[in-house]
Amino acid sequence: MSIRNKAYIVGAYEHPTRKADTLSVAQLHADVARGAIADAGLSLKDIDGYFCAGDAPGLGTMSMGEYLGLTLRHVDSTETGGSAPLVHVHHAAQAIAQGKCNIALVTLAGRPRAAVAALQLKPPDPDAPELQFEAPFGPATQNGYAMCARRHMHEFGTTSEQLAWIKVAASHHAQHNPNAMLRQLVTVEDVVNSPFVSDPLHRLDCCVISDGGGALIIARPEIAASLQRPKIAIRGAGEALKHGMAGKVDLTYSAARFSGPRAFEEAGLTPADIKYVSLYDSFTVTVLFQIEDLGFCAKGQGGRFVSDGNLISGIGKLPFNTDGGGLCNNHPANRGGMTKVIEAVRQLRGEAHPAVQVKNCDLALANGIGGSLATRHIAGTLIMERQ
Amino acid sequence: MSANQTKGPRKIISPQPHDYTKPYWEAANEGRLLVRKCQACDEAHHYPRTLCPFCGSDDLIWLNATGTGTIYSFSTLRVGPEPYTIAYVTLAEGPTMMTNLVECDPQSVQIGQKVSVVFRPSEQGQLVPMFTPE
Repeated sequence: MSIRNKAYIVGAYEHPTRKADTLSVAQLHADVARGAIADAGLSLKDIDGYFCAGDAPGLGTMSMGEYLGLTLRHVDSTETGGSAPLVHVHHAAQAIAQGKCNIALVTLAGRPRAAVAALQLKPPDPDAPELQFEAPFGPATQNGYAMCARRHMHEFGTTSEQLAWIKVAASHHAQHNPNAMLRQLVTVEDVVNSPFVSDPLHRLDCCVISDGGGALIIARPEIAASLQRPKIAIRGAGEALKHGMAGKVDLTYSAARFSGPRAFEEAGLTPADIKYVSLYDSFTVTVLFQIEDLGFCAKGQGGRFVSDGNLISGIGKLPFNTDGGGLCNNHPANRGGMTKVIEAVRQLRGEAHPAVQVKNCDLALANGIGGSLATRHIAGTLIMERQ
Repeated sequence: MSANQTKGPRKIISPQPHDYTKPYWEAANEGRLLVRKCQACDEAHHYPRTLCPFCGSDDLIWLNATGTGTIYSFSTLRVGPEPYTIAYVTLAEGPTMMTNLVECDPQSVQIGQKVSVVFRPSEQGQLVPMFTPE
């Protein structure tokens, strides 16, 4: 069963905080839930489906469902890391299309910055079968993505300067976002002259660490039509897993190579139709991979594609992450998927900052990579339309 | 993880074997690198499983690897207490494995370069396979 036009995003809210010193994780989830519900013009008692992932405290849907006082007939705790909100919107649309719920809430929130937990929120699971064959070698997030960047450079001639253009574009957008952590314009030289974190990736190739969160409300078409907000239809969605293929490692592409075509097929669209993209930018190179794998350019041509401001709204062909993205704005709970959907909804509603609003933005795509590009990850792709 | 250590040399976390991986780690302590290979489809795989991830068979053996391979990719992490170089090395037997490059200047290392295995002690003594340019 296709989900095309079976469900609509009717509420979206992003927490303004970037450092939640005094806010609990449950409070952050509750704050964003209340914000999204208010944005939709609904109330807590209208929610009958709830979606959250491993960033939610306690037992997730149970703990937060109780905290919020929800009465639920559909729950989904699918955990795919930073792509989880994209997968949740997909699953919410499926559940709504099947009549399993009418109005779904999706939340994501966390405070890794205040907790100084940085990249390791939870100790690794000793039962994870790969752990003993990886942990001795110190796989951090940065050095995994760096190995992907180096292999891409080796195979396709991609340069650090080309990757830097992705950060430059994000900074062009972030200067207009009062909540963004990094609002200063940066140049290609600034990026390539910043210190190596894990070569060939520099400090400015990396996203920020921030607190905060966001929430979305997805509803049946009849409910969306009865509300006072612009109608943002879910036209298509896809998800896919990529892993180490038992030793046939290939670090030149992501699972978006498979999730993207599934979403485009369901939407009945092609990359050329898309006016705006939100791409989970854990690192500059992550954006490059997604642009190629989603079909916005040929494999290996991403470096050329992102250069010369081609991702800057009003200048380039493919405006991306107009809130500043993870590279400049925020990265709540170390998971970039939620804010990607929220900024896409702003663009489709015409509610992005006027300096970065894409003209006649009627079709947008959001994509996330959850897990690690260098080992195992799940991509979620979402195509949305203003109707 | 290593990136969050504040001082001292990098800790090489000791692997915690499961029963079926004990032969792999016991061989490592003897300076031998093993590869898991399927007798049904003849494919070698890594990391080692209890079933062949290519065909599903459980007819698996441990193969003595030559201990040689080529660098698939690598990166030196510089934000921890001590830089270290992670790598994927493609073994002569086929599978590509995560490892570290040691006893070399990572600035002079190239993708495609030939490397051979060396065993280094982890925190609790277990030897783990790392690689150095030939």
